[in-house]
Amino acid sequence: MTKEEIIRPENKVYSRPELLTDNYTHYCPGCSHGVVHKIIAELIAEMGLTDITIGIAPVGCAVFAYNYIDVDWIEAPHGRAPALATAASRLNPDRMVFTYQGDGDLAAIGTAETIHAANRGENITIVFINNAIYGMTGGQMAPTTLLGMKTATTPYGRRADLNGYPLPISNILATLDGTCYVTRQAVHTAAAVRKAKSAIKKAFENTLAKRGTSVVEIVSTCNSGWKMTPAQSNEWMVEHMFEKYPLGDLKTQKDPSL
Amino acid sequence: MAKVFGAVTIDSQRCKGCDLCVVACPTDVLLLEPRDVNDRGYHYAFTAHPEACIGCAACATVCPDACIEVYRVVKRDE
Repeated sequence: MTKEEIIRPENKVYSRPELLTDNYTHYCPGCSHGVVHKIIAELIAEMGLTDITIGIAPVGCAVFAYNYIDVDWIEAPHGRAPALATAASRLNPDRMVFTYQGDGDLAAIGTAETIHAANRGENITIVFINNAIYGMTGGQMAPTTLLGMKTATTPYGRRADLNGYPLPISNILATLDGTCYVTRQAVHTAAAVRKAKSAIKKAFENTLAKRGTSVVEIVSTCNSGWKMTPAQSNEWMVEHMFEKYPLGDLKTQKDPSL
Repeated sequence: MAKVFGAVTIDSQRCKGCDLCVVACPTDVLLLEPRDVNDRGYHYAFTAHPEACIGCAACATVCPDACIEVYRVVKRDE
């Protein structure tokens, strides 16, 4: 068959999600943010939530998320996305509210907001991008940085006696009674992207059904911060990140006795 | 046995040349343009071996910039 015979509208199996705007993203080549934006845009359209979705954008690399996905957004102060999401979901109970946060936003400056929103069991979805580094500000150490990992502020590797231990915030959130679904996914292969997509879908369904807080952690790469190529950083993530942050569901439903 | 024909189109202006689609392709269809760059200075991806494409959409699924469209035709034996 010739290329012209194959490339016809009726044979199309994958195209750019219609909810993604035409803007070029400002992310570095190979950044996981783009993939997660894409699956969120696909899901919102597939689930018919375009008109009732409110996204809360963080501070960090994803600060311009509102320029890329064509739904309603609120830009939160640094780390305060779960607090804003609380307000948005309580004042608009018919809306599907999700936050989109990185590890500097969620696990460092916004730890208190995150833990208390999850502990109150707010009906929101938290999409948490964990790349173990502060990507936007130039690759400094984050709370989630692995032991021995070299960053701009730990040039000889993170030391437990000096810098403490990596913070597994999703495991902490899974122990709270307010959360109904906590999972950890990745987007380094096509299969992993599909699994991450179904996890976010489940989280959105929980939010619509008002079952409590859903947290989807995406273990991601930051090839600029890690000083590797995108393909190398995916391999490095599989080798090193999955040891501390193993993939899988941490919690699938609320304690039924509550 | 049914035969599968696939084809991809790449928005070369949107492509950032991150190489993830090249790594993800199971049949080695894609490569990065070795010399040419797009308007933003990236070595964009192109279909080096279009006849090998099976339309599995692995490249498009991992593309962070959503610049790949995938087409597939399944021909069953009569």
